[in-house]
Amino acid sequence: MAAFIVRRLVQSIIVMLAVAFVSFSLFTYVGDPINNMVGQETTMEQREELRERLGLNDPFPVQFARFIGNAIQGEFGISYRMARPVEQIIAERLPATLELAFVSAVFALVVGIGLGIYTALGRESVAGRLVLSAAFVATAALFSWIGAAIVAAVMLAVTFLYRGKWVGSTIMSLSLIGVSLPTFLIGILLIYVFAVELGWLPSFGRGEVVSIGGWTTGFLTPSGLQALILPGITLGLFQLTLIMRLVRSEMLEVLRTDYIKFARARGLTNRAINFGHALKNTLVPVITITGLQLGSIIAFAIITETVFQWPGVGLLFIIAVQFVDIPVMSAYLMMIAFVFVVINLVVDLLYYAVDPRLRVERAGGGGH
Amino acid sequence: MTVQDTAPDIGDSHPTVDPSAVRQGGRSWWQRALDSDIFYSYRRSPITIIASIVTLAFFVGAVFAPWIAPYDPFNPASLNLMDGLVPPMSESMFTGNYFFLGTDQQGRDIFSAILFGSRISLLVAFSAVLLSMVLGVTLGLVAGYVGGWVDSLIMRIADIQLSFPGILVALLIFGVARAVLPRDMQDDMAIYVLILAIGLSFWVQYARTVRGSTMVEKSKEYVQAARLIGLPTWVIMFRHVLPNVMGPVLVIATISLALAIISEATLSFLGVGVPPTQPSLGTLIRIGNDFLFSGEWWMTLFPGIALVMLALSVNLLGDWLRDALNPKLR
Repeated sequence: MAAFIVRRLVQSIIVMLAVAFVSFSLFTYVGDPINNMVGQETTMEQREELRERLGLNDPFPVQFARFIGNAIQGEFGISYRMARPVEQIIAERLPATLELAFVSAVFALVVGIGLGIYTALGRESVAGRLVLSAAFVATAALFSWIGAAIVAAVMLAVTFLYRGKWVGSTIMSLSLIGVSLPTFLIGILLIYVFAVELGWLPSFGRGEVVSIGGWTTGFLTPSGLQALILPGITLGLFQLTLIMRLVRSEMLEVLRTDYIKFARARGLTNRAINFGHALKNTLVPVITITGLQLGSIIAFAIITETVFQWPGVGLLFIIAVQFVDIPVMSAYLMMIAFVFVVINLVVDLLYYAVDPRLRVERAGGGGH
Repeated sequence: MTVQDTAPDIGDSHPTVDPSAVRQGGRSWWQRALDSDIFYSYRRSPITIIASIVTLAFFVGAVFAPWIAPYDPFNPASLNLMDGLVPPMSESMFTGNYFFLGTDQQGRDIFSAILFGSRISLLVAFSAVLLSMVLGVTLGLVAGYVGGWVDSLIMRIADIQLSFPGILVALLIFGVARAVLPRDMQDDMAIYVLILAIGLSFWVQYARTVRGSTMVEKSKEYVQAARLIGLPTWVIMFRHVLPNVMGPVLVIATISLALAIISEATLSFLGVGVPPTQPSLGTLIRIGNDFLFSGEWWMTLFPGIALVMLALSVNLLGDWLRDALNPKLR
């Protein structure tokens, strides 16, 4: 166990160092940092002096070590565009992104698991067909709109023409449409329907936020909660289809096993079998995948935040890319890398703790 | 070759093909193509036929855009501001010109803009897929065939890159290119930067697949024979191993073409793609998005539908190809 943890830790540190190297190279070699800091009237001597004072003439390893030292303390320099410390700007904007990611992850999990179970249990049932057809028609009617009608028609066509079973093909077509419909387009469609046409929900920003000790939250005001709905759905939809497919296939697999047959033979109720036995054994991989997807949610927030002008770190990054604000870019990169590495590490360790088979295999392989 | 049909719905109607007849010469290549398993599964799947027709229509539309398009949307001389913001299926109040899908604020015909836009989208997506394919296949082949520290180095880099979403990597490459290139070249170079950014963010899948199959092929007899007669390593790798590992690569290429189309649109929508003077589908959606609130929905919707239809049909083709080429599903 200890050896495994140490090995994973070392791996994570190497990944972080590699990413730090990339961000540092960005910082040092892309553009001249001095040029970005001083005005035009600064003389060559003053520039040289500033260069010396900031340590930009030191050898590469010394500068790299200093960069890492600063990064560990959370210092990433001054934004070229906003002339403020990068870590301050990020700290201000991080709550917005984290709240959005949280809402969309909960949405994806709850709806995804629900639909997954439903489609796994309700195979080929007439009710299932009716519900799905009604959902298609309702989408088209709600959008009351040529475009949505075409989308719905394509969905129906794919569903009917795809080879294989009905619910399975619905899932196939939904997931294909999920990968073919870019996130930003989903956001635009939702804005058009619910903000422009119906006027139910706000189309941009976070609404009113309450600040609690430096953490701004939109959970406590009605307008803040309303503002979370559309971006939350937009960001969560892709993860939702992923989780739904996963739950469905895992559930179908589990329902075929002997212990489920035995539970049926014992005369347990369907509810007890489906939710007490089958679902419980389905959830381990689901939790793993969701955990791994958390990093992607934060990264994909870039797109959603741009569509909804959500004041989070993703929008900050896009603006930084457009204005070549290197310190913000490299800090964002380091932050995302850190999130990914930590999530991967935690998931690996949890897996190791949860799945005893893995431990036996590793011990067997590593013992010699 | 004995083909066992496990899928019951295919089993009964599968034409019995005498293996010796297939190998006979004398029949033209298209007759053999019509009799092949792949064409059989193509014929049996109506959705694939529709998808291929739609894809083909997009390709024809994109390639022949200058001849098909009713208006020339990027020639300022032919634009008339009086034609601006005409709704779909109607005539301009001032000039009487008819616009099938409406016009934008500068009087560009949306239908023509979509044709020219899919031209840029497809060009970028194709070049990016080609770039990532060449890069990924080469690296995978080298990693799998040479092995050792080269293998572990390439695969570690692949692992690290794979843990980040492709769009993030592409954005980063775009940001670096923007900082390195002089300002006045940025718009001209935007397409190449975009191709590079998307291409470099999708090579990992090819490398992993090719590495795996190369390691299998490496131990086969024909490779040993080639070694024995003293062929140089690179000849064995590219002339003998490469053709045997290309099957899955085609499937990945088709699926990642759809992914590349979407990535290009996303990057252009985020404002880091091609400039508005040469709009792709994503840029058109971005421009149209500014007019969504004032009710001009057609500027966003039609390019959006075009994008989804294109990506969906390419995805369906890739899906079918994966099933058709996968011997386990036969």
